[in-house]
Amino acid sequence: MSENISKIIKEVCEANNKDRTRLMDIVEAIQESVGCVSSDAMNLIAEEIGCHRVEVESVISFYAFLSKRPKGKVAIRLCNDSVDKMKGADEIAKAFEKELGIEVGQTTSDGKITLENTPCIGMCDQAPAALLNQVVAPSLTVEKVKAIVAGLQKDTDPSKISLGLGDGNNADSLVGSAVNNNIIKKGDVIFADNESGTGLKKAITLSPEEVVDMVKISNLRGRGGAGFPTGLKWQFTRAAQGDQKYIICNADEGEPGTFKDRVLLTEKFDLVFEGMTIAGYAIGATEGVLYLRGEYAYLRTFLEKKLKERRDASFLGKKVCGKDGFDFDIRIQMGAGAYICGEESALISSCEGLRGDPKTRPPFPAQRGYLAKPTSVNNVETFCSVTRILEKGADWFSDIGSVDSAGTKVLSISGACKNPGIYEYPFGAKIQDILKDAGAENTQAVLVGGPSGQFINPSEFSRSICFSDLATGGSMVVFDTKSDLLKVVEEYMEFFVEESCGYCTPCRAGNVLMKERLGYILAGRGEIADLAYLEDLGGTIKKASRCGLGQTSPNPILTTIKNFKPLYEKLMKKQEEGMQPSFDIKAALGDAERIAGRKSVIYTD
Amino acid sequence: MSEKTLTIKIDGAEVKAKAGQTILEAAEEAGIYIPRLCYLKELSPHGSCRVCLVKVGGKFQTACTEPVVDGAEIENNTDEIKQIRRDIVDMLFVEGNHFCMFCEKSGNCELQAVAYRLGILAPKYPYLFPDAEIDGSHPDIFIDKNRCILCGRCVQASKDLDGKGVFEFVGRGPEKKLAVNAEAKLSDTNMDVVDKATDICPVGAIIKKRIGFATPVGQRTYDEKPIGSDIEQKKS
Repeated sequence: MSENISKIIKEVCEANNKDRTRLMDIVEAIQESVGCVSSDAMNLIAEEIGCHRVEVESVISFYAFLSKRPKGKVAIRLCNDSVDKMKGADEIAKAFEKELGIEVGQTTSDGKITLENTPCIGMCDQAPAALLNQVVAPSLTVEKVKAIVAGLQKDTDPSKISLGLGDGNNADSLVGSAVNNNIIKKGDVIFADNESGTGLKKAITLSPEEVVDMVKISNLRGRGGAGFPTGLKWQFTRAAQGDQKYIICNADEGEPGTFKDRVLLTEKFDLVFEGMTIAGYAIGATEGVLYLRGEYAYLRTFLEKKLKERRDASFLGKKVCGKDGFDFDIRIQMGAGAYICGEESALISSCEGLRGDPKTRPPFPAQRGYLAKPTSVNNVETFCSVTRILEKGADWFSDIGSVDSAGTKVLSISGACKNPGIYEYPFGAKIQDILKDAGAENTQAVLVGGPSGQFINPSEFSRSICFSDLATGGSMVVFDTKSDLLKVVEEYMEFFVEESCGYCTPCRAGNVLMKERLGYILAGRGEIADLAYLEDLGGTIKKASRCGLGQTSPNPILTTIKNFKPLYEKLMKKQEEGMQPSFDIKAALGDAERIAGRKSVIYTD
Repeated sequence: MSEKTLTIKIDGAEVKAKAGQTILEAAEEAGIYIPRLCYLKELSPHGSCRVCLVKVGGKFQTACTEPVVDGAEIENNTDEIKQIRRDIVDMLFVEGNHFCMFCEKSGNCELQAVAYRLGILAPKYPYLFPDAEIDGSHPDIFIDKNRCILCGRCVQASKDLDGKGVFEFVGRGPEKKLAVNAEAKLSDTNMDVVDKATDICPVGAIIKKRIGFATPVGQRTYDEKPIGSDIEQKKS
């Protein structure tokens, strides 16, 4: 390792106060400036921050954006999500391979450019898309690929490539991104006009308990998908013993097909930060953390500036809004490519500089969360709703939506529809009406809530978005009759296999087995009994897994067996007497035939 | 820890428990064996193998991590739970390379013993035959990752009992593996044969060299009595 790199590593560790819990920041900074965290680098980091080398290796090997081996100066990460594939991602991948003269997974011989795949980067409304380091390249075409590669070969700084500018704050000089917001339907809560600071100013005229009560009365439930009552979560966190408490905003939206938080952070950051501040006041926290997924690193500088503006306006910092005894500030923690970190306790692990393994519960984060202190983790959209509740009142909010689901839901709609983008509906909106608004035709299936949610068929399109019917974190992917749905299911199972943290047995091993058997069926070697096998195995994974990822991971298969059974049945061959279809006798005889130098006379082609 | 006595029911039988205990601990004191693999009394519960899964008030929980609550009704030996446990142990077998007939841990192996106790004779899932490393570099200790079930006992024991931190996990999902605190080999760490971490592997992934067959097959721990018998003996 060169002296220069050693110096960088030491400086980075120093800048993070040699704090073991800030290991994510340390390795991310080193990855960014040196291109990898090599074996020698791990030794030095461990020495500097006082931990074991293998702990550093453990963290690096967990996150997709960190690597032990050197990568090119630019990493081109092609989004290989099913929606991107629907929009031509395979052609784009081929175009990149052709222009660069390498295959996906390789680095150019001059060490400049690495080409690799990555799961959903939150750009399904402008797919196919890719990341060029932190720069987002949306709506890719073969022509754009040629221009990008030519540009990068000249200069490996991706920010110098002209990709155009998107709408709204995407055009802000600190974002400077070609991403578009695609806000298509504005509702009364999130995308309505509001004045920054009103909610917070109202909050500090109340006691913290009154703020908690107000959120409880509003019936606000978590917008990440699980739907836990927000007020109750805050009440538990407020009541828990602890000299320090934390508010964390979960901006790690990784559910394939979700991109609403991207837009909320771009346009409604004030609602988010204000909601966090109100939450800090309510539970008695002085520190907030915004956990931003690595894919959204392009928003970081912009958000840092917005935080500074809020500090300058006295909305953050010491004595917020002049209120004695109320100090609160927010820092941004970057993720590094791990879907599991959207799970709240895994997110906390990641904030602590650990692998993104979920934590054992109980104790729940409200009792023992970030740095073992009481912590409330809430979704980006939940915080936005909080700000509006404080501004307009609990009754105003609870009157919006359906009987059991108060307020609105921001949906990210993509796939086979004319108008992919962001839609804000009051809870209770029906799938058929949403599809009409989005301009979806010949719809075969809708994936509600992403692959961890469910595939529904047209007979269910009269169902509605709400907690008692179709609960969702906001992802909605439309598939028309041209889609090979089971192929999509296989892609999503691959996603869960790759994104499992591997901590518990059923999720780690079970999903591999689910995917394997589905592969047999797709290859025409399945039998009807395989469906019962998959349901049985999927049932065990759901019941026995340790966290929400595992408990929902078999859903792509289970919900299509339930709602699209004929698609499976069509692939089943009639069973030959005494033969198991999954067993390919010709393939099994291959080695023996080669050795014998002749073909089997019994099992002929 | 409070000494307040609570009453819980396990499969309908009343069991006295102390506040602060987990379901597994309370059951064990009452002479009820709940199968487990990653759990070890000396370590904090890991909750990763999922074999000790029970149903508490209709919800699935691992007995090793779930604290007792007064009046809780717990399902342990139901057909549903037994099936899930068999499935999980089956998964552990097929995701590794476990050849009991050649393994020197046979008869002392908790995975094998739990499988027998659950009535598994052959796995119902297809073998995945992963590539796995072996590490014979250390003069006294042998690591065979073919047999590792990622229970985390050695990771914790080395850290918390030996004060060393020789082991950690690297990678994620099916690529998750045990790693040592060195660039490659165990011999480059400060692992010692007298360390607790050498002794607590439930399977044959970490074994001491040269003593593999000191006790002949047939006279080993679980050759005599099924796993859990020691716990059940407490029940009088």
